Amino acid sequence: MTALLPAWWSRVLAAALVVFGVLLPFGFGTASGFMNATIIALAFAVMSLGLNIVVGVAGLLDLGYVAFYAIGAYAVGWFGSEFFSRVNVHVLVSPVVSELPGIHLSFLLILVAAAAICAAAGVVIGLPTLRLRGDYIAIVTLAFGEIIGVVAVNGQSISLGGGMTLTAGNLGISAVDEPYIPGIGSFGLLDLRPWYWLIFAILLVALFVNLRIRDSRLGRAWVALREDEVAAVSMGIPLVRTKLLAYAMGAAFGGMSGAFLGTYYTEVNAGQFQFGFSIFILAMVIIGGLGSIWGAVTGGLLLGYINNWLIPDVLNNLPSAFGFSFQLTQVEFGIFGFLLVITMVLRPQGLLPERRRRQELTAAIPAEDSQLSTGPEDAA
Amino acid sequence: MSTVQPAPPILRAERLTKKFGGLIAVSDVSFEIPARSIVSLIGPNGAGKTTFFNMLTGLIRPTSGRITLDGANITRARPDVITNRGVARTFQNIRLFGAMTAVENVMVGRHARMRAGLLGAVVRPPRVRGEERAARERARELLGYVGLATSSFERFASQLPYGDQRRVEIARALATEPSLLLLDEPTAGMNPAESAALVGFMRRLRDDLDLTILLIEHDMKVVMGVSERVTVLDYGRKIAEADPATVRADPVVIKAYLGTEG
Repeated sequence: MTALLPAWWSRVLAAALVVFGVLLPFGFGTASGFMNATIIALAFAVMSLGLNIVVGVAGLLDLGYVAFYAIGAYAVGWFGSEFFSRVNVHVLVSPVVSELPGIHLSFLLILVAAAAICAAAGVVIGLPTLRLRGDYIAIVTLAFGEIIGVVAVNGQSISLGGGMTLTAGNLGISAVDEPYIPGIGSFGLLDLRPWYWLIFAILLVALFVNLRIRDSRLGRAWVALREDEVAAVSMGIPLVRTKLLAYAMGAAFGGMSGAFLGTYYTEVNAGQFQFGFSIFILAMVIIGGLGSIWGAVTGGLLLGYINNWLIPDVLNNLPSAFGFSFQLTQVEFGIFGFLLVITMVLRPQGLLPERRRRQELTAAIPAEDSQLSTGPEDAA
Repeated sequence: MSTVQPAPPILRAERLTKKFGGLIAVSDVSFEIPARSIVSLIGPNGAGKTTFFNMLTGLIRPTSGRITLDGANITRARPDVITNRGVARTFQNIRLFGAMTAVENVMVGRHARMRAGLLGAVVRPPRVRGEERAARERARELLGYVGLATSSFERFASQLPYGDQRRVEIARALATEPSLLLLDEPTAGMNPAESAALVGFMRRLRDDLDLTILLIEHDMKVVMGVSERVTVLDYGRKIAEADPATVRADPVVIKAYLGTEG
């Protein structure tokens, strides 16, 4: 994007987008379905940005990203509800919540904790994949995602002592604290605007971090590792540290978004963390354009809106108009698969491709061949 | 360590051996590179030259033996650590980062000489900005030095013609600020005029940058023209080591490598 426009233009555009984003909620009902969809779409965009670091930039195919959604959401369940009822910790929470048993941290602290725990989990999943390439990385990460999912389901049998368990399994940890701002009050579900601004701010932070890293020593090192691992380490890039940093960064954004969604849904249920969700986020990254920051945001918003607004709210009864007896939500994964196939056929580089990928796909002819083509047959 | 030699060796390999299962790729090779010299490693295909190179740069761990650089043991060091200590290399089949521009490729070579980490990248304080600017300038300087046209600086490496890719690869290696440069068949795919130019360029590199150069090469004209010493490998063993004229006349070498026409 920046390559097409002069520097000042992209700044103006960025500023305009931020202003538009901040003012957007005033155009819609405070608790409308569209606001709800927008909030979830923004959270998906944050996850998409995180996964893009791992898959798009560093080239490590991660099929277990749902694990970080789960861990981020459980951070909220653990540190922002009555779940650990034998423990009493209260940090910067509303007066009402500070009377309740359990661990109750301010949402901002939970956000930081979720990012930190996920970064650590990202390193854990990264370690066994360091010696692997391509498909094999995908298998290991897939297994990791499944392990976390199974632990979440069976966590109600994992005792932590005092009658407390690790998770509540499919029963879910509910009555999660709403974010609270001292002096203003708690977020409520009747007015979705504060939720919107919160996740919009998180997205802006994620965007800023991604853009800054893209044109840095670290960003170049990730791309170099993706392009040629042997050459990259021979140029002085430490393989282990650089790869693990990519996993950790990607996971941290997944954790932040997961913590937000856990709070927003007011419940953390093991049933939310299915393998399909990893593929869903991956589809956002691919449809947006692998490795492209703006692509990841676009892909996240697009699939977020389709999943939470277009299919359930707008087109859900479309099949009945044609005499079919199903609703569109029942076939949503089929729709996403179809979109993915269409993208791969019509625009394999994604909606907003990274400039590097763009040249890969448009200039597929190697340099030597293009030189040969200006040879004798031109004269003939 | 060595009391006899006037110039202490910058790199010393002692009894280096590499076995791949039953295959002995490199067998008991001892080897020294005097500082500021240009030495060549030759041998028929499959003689173990590239394996030897890969051991020196840490890409392959030797089965036994010892490698020291400026007296420090680097036998089991990681490739990035060895690069950090001043060994740079190019590859037989060019290995550029195809989806990065020429300048970016060379900037990756600066990695070990830069400090900015995650926090520095995000916060981007003046120190990091300065470092980034300096790395970019240095990259452009080096690309000019190896003779890449300015108009190609921002082109993607995969789109550059073959000769320019070789240039960028050498610039990228130089960006790591090496004291020892390993070139793996740099004239592969070059015509005689280009090869001759490369001989002059290697001498200039040594004189301008105080470099020591180790060369794997098949083009005998280049080897004989530039090397101060030639080491010959055959079936993983060192069969000769002397100045070019002596090696050329050595019957063992002629039999193993140059054939009967020599």
